[in-house]
Amino acid sequence: MPSSRDVVFVDGVRTPFGKSGPKGLYAETRADDLVIRVIRELLRRNPNLPPERVDEVAIAATTQIGDQGLTIGRSAAVLAGLPKSVPGYAIDRMCAGAMTAVTSVAGGIAFGAYDVAIAGGVEHMGRHPMGEGVDPNPRFLAERLVDGSALIMGMTAENLHDRYPAITRERADSFAAASQEKVAKAYADGKIQPDLVPTAVRSAERGWGLATADEGPRPGTTVEGLSTLKTPFRPHGRVTAGNASGINDGATGCVVAASEVAEELGLTARMRLVSYAFAGVDPEVMGVGPIPSTERALRLAGLSISDIGLFEINEAFAVQVLAFLEHFGIADDDPRVNPYGGAIAFGHPLASSGVRLMTQLAREFGERPDVRYGVTTMCVGMGMGGTVIWENLGWEGVK
Amino acid sequence: MTDIRELFADEIVTKAIVRDVELPGGVGTMALITLDNGLDHTKPSTFGPAGLLSLNEALDAVAARSDLVAVGVTGKPFVFAVGADLKGVAAITAREQALRIGELGHGVFRRLGELGVPSFAFVNGAAMGGGLELALHCTYRTISSGVPAVALPECFLGLVPGWGGTQLLPRLVGPDAAIKLIIENPLSQNRMIKGGDAFGAGLADAVFEPADFLEESLRWAARVLRGEVEVSRPDHTSGDWSAAVAGARSLLDAKLRGASPAPYRALELIELARTASRDEGFEAEDRALADLLMGDELRAGLYSFDLVQRRARRPAGAPDRALARTITKVGVVGAGLMASQMALLFARRLEVPVVLTDLDRARLDKGVGHVHAEIDRLLERGRVSGDQANRLKALVTGSLTKDAFADADFVIEAVFEDLKVKRTVLSELEAVVSPECVLASNTSSLSLTEMAAGLRHPERVVGFHFFNPVAVMPLLEIIRGARTDDATLATAFAVGRSLKKSSVLVKDAPAFVVNRLLTRFMGEVIGAVDEGTPLEVADHALDGLGLPMTPFTLLQLVGPAVALHVAETMHAAFPARYRVSENLARLVASGKPGVYGPDLSPDPEAAALFAGGTSPSTAEEVRLRALRALAEEIRIMLDEGVVAAPQDIDLCMILGAGWPFHLGGITPYLDRTGIAEPRFLPAGVASVPV
Repeated sequence: MPSSRDVVFVDGVRTPFGKSGPKGLYAETRADDLVIRVIRELLRRNPNLPPERVDEVAIAATTQIGDQGLTIGRSAAVLAGLPKSVPGYAIDRMCAGAMTAVTSVAGGIAFGAYDVAIAGGVEHMGRHPMGEGVDPNPRFLAERLVDGSALIMGMTAENLHDRYPAITRERADSFAAASQEKVAKAYADGKIQPDLVPTAVRSAERGWGLATADEGPRPGTTVEGLSTLKTPFRPHGRVTAGNASGINDGATGCVVAASEVAEELGLTARMRLVSYAFAGVDPEVMGVGPIPSTERALRLAGLSISDIGLFEINEAFAVQVLAFLEHFGIADDDPRVNPYGGAIAFGHPLASSGVRLMTQLAREFGERPDVRYGVTTMCVGMGMGGTVIWENLGWEGVK
Repeated sequence: MTDIRELFADEIVTKAIVRDVELPGGVGTMALITLDNGLDHTKPSTFGPAGLLSLNEALDAVAARSDLVAVGVTGKPFVFAVGADLKGVAAITAREQALRIGELGHGVFRRLGELGVPSFAFVNGAAMGGGLELALHCTYRTISSGVPAVALPECFLGLVPGWGGTQLLPRLVGPDAAIKLIIENPLSQNRMIKGGDAFGAGLADAVFEPADFLEESLRWAARVLRGEVEVSRPDHTSGDWSAAVAGARSLLDAKLRGASPAPYRALELIELARTASRDEGFEAEDRALADLLMGDELRAGLYSFDLVQRRARRPAGAPDRALARTITKVGVVGAGLMASQMALLFARRLEVPVVLTDLDRARLDKGVGHVHAEIDRLLERGRVSGDQANRLKALVTGSLTKDAFADADFVIEAVFEDLKVKRTVLSELEAVVSPECVLASNTSSLSLTEMAAGLRHPERVVGFHFFNPVAVMPLLEIIRGARTDDATLATAFAVGRSLKKSSVLVKDAPAFVVNRLLTRFMGEVIGAVDEGTPLEVADHALDGLGLPMTPFTLLQLVGPAVALHVAETMHAAFPARYRVSENLARLVASGKPGVYGPDLSPDPEAAALFAGGTSPSTAEEVRLRALRALAEEIRIMLDEGVVAAPQDIDLCMILGAGWPFHLGGITPYLDRTGIAEPRFLPAGVASVPV
């Protein structure tokens, strides 16, 4: 077995993200059906990939019960019509589930265990609300292993504001408004639609329909409007529904392959995996997670932050992005950061988001042959961060 | 219009729900109509008047808009739509009402083909009758390869696909394919085709896999609208349809001899479709629907359908299902052909060990070998997998002694049809099996009560009468002896259900239902021949009923020896009504298979055995004699309580003898021809109310 091979990102797609709840786009749609749709679209878009050459299907979900249970990578592969010879599994690192699915299969590819894999994630937060069925060990609190706020993400975001007093609610709101504006522009410019999988939705009352766009974005959001929102996690706090990502339903998936196999099959490799890292932090300030994970990934890659031309950072909360930017000395409105906007507008179906970041970075790379390296990074509940550094295979080199 | 809705007072309304869909690639907006009756897939969507009006309203809303580029129609999960709601038909008393049903369907459905924008049917699930016709009215159709059933079953019931089906389909797919779907399939046990085959036959313009059928259909629709996909269909109207039509007509004559009007009307309408305008064609369909809806054949057809769909699933007089015992092992006494067939059926359906016994090693090996060979054939034909074949073969074993039945819960005997032999077998069994083990007999004519007499546990003996071939014939006559208890009977019904047979409870009476009536009926026809009626006159005297075969063909199928044996048994029981034909005995002695050769051509030598009578009857006299005998016998059976109701007689004749729907089995036909006096069924149950 080869000890290491280059791993490339070939293609990524996602369903439009819906708002969770009884009136949401996917209120009566199963989570596994979203995954199936993604897998089938990946195969359709990449006709050079023989289905039997897929060596693994890794699908992340935070809540792995019901329609997100039954080892969803395997069950979705069967339901999607992949040959029964193709294995699959389910994986979980909460918000970084899909990211971890990618890094796990990438590790397998580099080691030579797989040639091609499908990795992705799903979260139907309407059918599976955050924290469904969890049973935290009482020792967490009894032994003060974590603060009582650690399991409530909004509280961890408030805690982060405490750690970075310079990051005010106003800065968070204006970052959020900018995210909405960037998403609206990206939609208007047709940057998002090419990687969306139109997905059939049905409600008993309204009949069949077709989801063709994200349900979450609120174009025209203003800082003034955001300033009036309540702060549900603390009286006179800073975190609002407007400067945080929403509660959403959606699925993502991508094709990852060994570089040499992509070439053999005639698959278009768009980015090369340079390095990845995960890191742990105090759970009550989980939003700082991307800082140590990015530092580690940079170190492993032998790069510095100044080598990074594009950042796709998950906007779980505006404050968590701003903390990252503050740490690395990057301006709040730096154009390298989330150029198409982020989760504050698109939404954040937990375990699916990692591959959305990669899919968007791949598309941005396509437009920016001048950029060589990009980062996808996100914070994770229970105090973690994850970072993947990618090289743009369309990079034109030093001029 | 309102009065029709009143006739369908308990209609489960299929609603047409409209929702806008943005088609991929910025093509524009499609109004997508979902047909949904609000229930799950086990209750498929149908169209009654209120459902049609709901669709009409949806189309009103769509037609009023100018921002749409197309209209789509699809169904709830697993079901597109399965046709007209026929529950209200029984209440139709006037031709005017019947006519209105046809007009209403046309008036609504045809709008789909006459909108200002193209219409698309996305056939996601079962599409039958009016459901398929709705799709045919659309400009384009896609179909899911997962659709299990596409059919126009109207002729099976006694109707025509008269909401556009007979006019649109032949023009779309040509006369041959249309005749197959409209006439041939319904008359071949109501055969249905799958989605992929429907696409192959030209019913749909595109086929997609079920996993993302709607998404891919919408993507395809967008490509059609952008002009990237061109749908080309051959013009069938310029061809010559006469050969296809003539071929179908001779097929109908051979099968029905004019007995059921619906398929003939359908054929006329198909023929008309080549040249008729839409208006002319649809009006002709309206007239045909009205005529057929006001005809007794259709009413009998609906009655029959209800019997096989409902009554067969809830047998009259069957005890509480909860009393049934679990069957973990089955014994079959005997290793002959019938026993082997039963063993295979038990093994396949119950998936428990089945032991055959015979005193003779060679016969036993042959019997078990026969079952294993049949399993190999199932494997060859892909009906079972290799693993399943291994499992089934391991389940079926043979034993020279009855000890192997010690842990069986159900033992059935299929030994020689002789009371003494059967009583010996039963008492031998009782020495081995547990006190609860059900002892079933496949006797076709012997008394269960007499068979059980003298046993320690006569309460666990029950009659379990299969029809030949066992794997194919759907009827099971379950016979309750004088001492049979409820638990035994409930177990017998449960086993029948597991075997996927339709069971009818029959009192312990000679030859039960089917054989008793067929023997009486054949006895009269043979009697007429004995008296001097020419064989071919007598044998064709009942052609007008459209029975599956003539009496002498049936004799051939049963075998003259068996027929003679049953006739003798029946003569012993009812000497006044059942006689034994000496000529038949001579035919048996001759060793010939019947009065026809093996290829069913007349055998003059065999026919000569029946010569010599001196008082011939006319065909009409034979017909009346046979039918009156049937009516008399049925009346006696009902008076004796052989079955609970005329409906059970009809169910038995439909499922056990293959007698046709348009006769309603038999009692509706005897009622409507005035032969039954008084009627067996009230007017309106299986006839047009008067």
